Amino acid sequence: MIYREAGQFKTTYASDQQLFPILQDRVFVIGFLVFAFGVMPFIGTEYLFRAILVPFLILSLAALGLNILVGYCGQVSLGTGGFMAIGAYAAYNLAVRVPDLNLIVIFLLAGACSTVVGALFGIPSLRIKGFYLAVATLAAQFFIDWMFARIKWFTHDSPSGNVSAPPLQVFGFPIESPEAKYLFVLAFVCVFALVARNLARGAIGRAWMATRDMDVAAEVIGIRPMAAKLSAFAVSSFFVGVAGALWAFVYLGSWEPLAFDVNRSFQLLFMIIIGGLGSILGSFLGAAFIVVLPLVLNQVPGWLGVHMSTATVSHVEAMVFGALIVFFLIVEPRGLARLWAIGKEKLRLWPFPH
Amino acid sequence: MNAATSRNLTIAFFVLLTFGALAPMAFGSARFPQWLEVVIGGLMSGVLYALVAIGLVLIFKASGVFNFAQGAMVLFAALTLVRVMEKLPFALALVVTLAAMVALAWLVERLVLRPLVNQEPIVLFMATLGVAYFIDGFGQLVWGSDIYTLDIGMPKEPKILLEGTFEGGILVSTEDVIAAVMAGLLVAVLALFFQKTGTGRALRAVADDHQAAQSIGIPLNRIWVIVWSVAGLVALVSGVIWGSKLGVQFSLQLIALKALPVVILGGFTSMPGAIIGGLIIGLGEKVSEVYLGPYLGGGIENWFAYVLALIFLLFRPEGLFGERHIDRV
Amino acid sequence: MKQLLKSKAAALAIAAAGVFGIAAETAAQSSNEIFMPVLVYRTGAYAPNGIPWADGYVDYIKLVNERDGGVNGIKLAFEECEFGYATDRGVECYERFKSKKPVLINPLSTGVTFALTDKVPTDKVVLFSTGYGRADSADGSVFAWNFPLLGTYWSAADMLVQHVKSKGPLKGKKIALVYHDSPYGKEPIKLLEERAKVEGFQLILLPVTHPGVEQKATWLQVRQQRPDYVFLWGWGVMNSTSIKDAIAVSYPRLQMYGVWWSSAEPDVTPAETASKGYNGIALGHSSEKGLPVHADMVKFLYDKGKGTAKGKDEVGSVLYNRGMISAMLSIEAIKAAQGKYGKRVVTGEEVRWGAEHINLDAAKIKALGFGEIVQPIKTSCRDHEGVRRGRIHTWDGKAWSYTSDWLEADNKFVRPLVEASAKAYAAEKKITPRDCSKEG
Repeated sequence: MIYREAGQFKTTYASDQQLFPILQDRVFVIGFLVFAFGVMPFIGTEYLFRAILVPFLILSLAALGLNILVGYCGQVSLGTGGFMAIGAYAAYNLAVRVPDLNLIVIFLLAGACSTVVGALFGIPSLRIKGFYLAVATLAAQFFIDWMFARIKWFTHDSPSGNVSAPPLQVFGFPIESPEAKYLFVLAFVCVFALVARNLARGAIGRAWMATRDMDVAAEVIGIRPMAAKLSAFAVSSFFVGVAGALWAFVYLGSWEPLAFDVNRSFQLLFMIIIGGLGSILGSFLGAAFIVVLPLVLNQVPGWLGVHMSTATVSHVEAMVFGALIVFFLIVEPRGLARLWAIGKEKLRLWPFPH
Repeated sequence: MNAATSRNLTIAFFVLLTFGALAPMAFGSARFPQWLEVVIGGLMSGVLYALVAIGLVLIFKASGVFNFAQGAMVLFAALTLVRVMEKLPFALALVVTLAAMVALAWLVERLVLRPLVNQEPIVLFMATLGVAYFIDGFGQLVWGSDIYTLDIGMPKEPKILLEGTFEGGILVSTEDVIAAVMAGLLVAVLALFFQKTGTGRALRAVADDHQAAQSIGIPLNRIWVIVWSVAGLVALVSGVIWGSKLGVQFSLQLIALKALPVVILGGFTSMPGAIIGGLIIGLGEKVSEVYLGPYLGGGIENWFAYVLALIFLLFRPEGLFGERHIDRV
Repeated sequence: MKQLLKSKAAALAIAAAGVFGIAAETAAQSSNEIFMPVLVYRTGAYAPNGIPWADGYVDYIKLVNERDGGVNGIKLAFEECEFGYATDRGVECYERFKSKKPVLINPLSTGVTFALTDKVPTDKVVLFSTGYGRADSADGSVFAWNFPLLGTYWSAADMLVQHVKSKGPLKGKKIALVYHDSPYGKEPIKLLEERAKVEGFQLILLPVTHPGVEQKATWLQVRQQRPDYVFLWGWGVMNSTSIKDAIAVSYPRLQMYGVWWSSAEPDVTPAETASKGYNGIALGHSSEKGLPVHADMVKFLYDKGKGTAKGKDEVGSVLYNRGMISAMLSIEAIKAAQGKYGKRVVTGEEVRWGAEHINLDAAKIKALGFGEIVQPIKTSCRDHEGVRRGRIHTWDGKAWSYTSDWLEADNKFVRPLVEASAKAYAAEKKITPRDCSKEG
């Protein structure tokens, strides 16, 4: 009834190819953005920003990056944490060594560093496939972890190996309050989501998807596998690197390599699989799910009035988390984004399904 | 064994040999005994990595699942054993634990594998990650997260060999030797099981071709339960060996990460590959840590194993003994 | 099909609950309570050591509430947050606690301490790091909010060097540091390097990667290099593994010295009698039971089934004691603040003043029921460490016993390093150090 596209005719190529061809989608997205930018900063609590929204947004950016690689190009990577670390430490070094650089420039350059490293570790993908590649990307993960723990230059000779971000400010505005951090991160994520969406539906995105579906066939029809795979690694690492820099600077403020260990890689992989491979929306849904789930699970015993020790809670949390993952994979292996799409299909016909 | 495999075996053997032969030349023969200790220690670690890798390969061959939960299974088996041993004698505890592992295998087949049949490999892999979380939480919830001592009477003090020949002698950890013998026995038993019993043959048939096996009446589901149970048994043996070395604690499950480079080096589908791969990785990482580590600041063995595997993969993308697959459009 | 749809609907419902069911704040804190956040790790690779410390810490808070009815009549509220000794999760816990207005936090993680050091001055939360944390934060003029009470790692390393020096000159000797590859394990390196220059010993650095179950190569290196002493800076499951691997290469346990986090019961019991002869520097206290405070614990908590630990055997173990002492110092800081500002719910800034004016002499410590397990401690604006004394204790196969006289870190040697490092920190962060002569 509400969500009906009948009567919306596409009379030009431009209208057929636009970002959101359906009017309701446009209205919804714009309304959502207005809410996120205009209303949320005034109604959110400090807890909501600090513990939920900021980590959610940054991790969705990282998940988005990983989704480009895994979901669109079909190259499974377990080294995402490492690439986040590259972004974080590159940003740190830039901030410390070039003090007057604009923060946004720092983050973009950090992404660029991550791009280079990502493309480098993407080279084996030309020869190695499937799980062999996935495990091989762990080489990147462990090597990068080690590198930042061991090579003192990267941590500016910090004796403990722990580094901390300088005070954040953009064009003279300090980014200290939770609201400012939220808006800053939100702006980044929105721009990057737009970029990702456009990349994915352009020529390069189609090349990625062809490679994902069958790389030999893609090669036969004239897609250069090297260009497709390496560009996916590069773009993905760029996103992930920026997310890493944001995670370190805006969220943690102070960190050591273990903040980007292999568990982070697994966590991000969970996000895109639960959210939906090859879906921009899925990256966000998955990130939201994985960020919020532990917080909710933590509160459940309290709501039920059961007293459990901290240890019990975290064991039960691990169990429920594991079980939910399996449950979701069984119910909808294509993720939350797919559930969303099904819901939209239903809504299209509602309330007259015939 | 076909020609390709035997050729690969020869390659692997020579790689091992040259790797071994070159190292002492670089450091002078005066330090030969020390080098020998490192090599022996590396090979012994390799045996244990191989053991976990065998569990991975078993499951991958039979059901196409890359089972990340193998590490969690090791922990769960060891935890169950050590806590049941507090109440029951060792032999009985072993039986109880084995029963628990079979029950686990059955549950995994019923609740995870069967509903996920025909899904993408990555989805199955993720599901085993979920299983790993579950087992991890469940095991610690039921059995606790302290360090438990698993004492099966392994001697702790090392033996010093050839003390007359070399200054200081060559140190060999008796514990490692016993562990290696246990691992060897297990592999022999598994080999017999696969070669001589009907079930074993059925397993091999499934590993070769699921559909063909099904069409001649091999029940896939039951085979899966059996394979996961066997993997559970392998996990139990690894858990006993590692647990008696390190104490039974949460970190045991992290040895799954040690087994990953082993399986990609040896090939996901090959048991001999897992063994040879384990030895190469064990040897490579210990030698690199002791001889290369000091120049690089130490702590390199973690990534070195992966980089070593990666380099091998660049030459043989399916691992040393993996099945070469041909892409067709 | 219907069933599938149903389960899809269930999935959708769960997802919706997950995404939108954002936890409403359970307002545990009322206006007449002081909130004490407790960062714990009761799971994971560090749980064997994290559990007894957390039990001691929480038990003492409970005891003060039960026995004394709170601090000067103000009840203490506390809440645990599990972070598994992962720095980023610890920071998350801290951020989550912030809306409950904590006044003082003691994270039991050097990594988290480093991470929070930049955050606490703006948030007005006092950061205790009792026996851990960053060594340079002993300089209170720069690190106004950090309190590495009872002794830093530089003090620990200094005392260890003094002790082994007392067995014979160190010139030409080799000391290996086997350390957890994290801010915690790296902390003593600076001081040991300086000491190596002065004393003329060779320092061998052997890092062990988290979580520390893979140490074979490390100990093979120890066997090759044959150091005269091994200092162990491990935590969690790494400690017991180190001792086991030392046994596996026949390294004499008598020549091994652990820092105070590497010499507690969970570290030696897995190797049982084989770890006999293993030494550690005790942070003023070892495993000691039977003090008045322990009796109170049993009487007010364990006999009523309110204890945190699994059984009352744990009461009085090394790490339990340390947790208890850490909580006691926090509460003494609150008491000191109340002494100046009034017996009410004090703020973070007031507690900071209190922490800077902790002054417990032997008699006061005894009156608190702690016997001699805490050394007299006095903090000031200049000195946030308070005391830097320790003893060597040795594991005899069944229990710890003291095997040395009191040692004291040489402040003439350590302090200049602390000040230099603090100064560098102040320059990097653009902090103007306080003038301690003007602080009351």
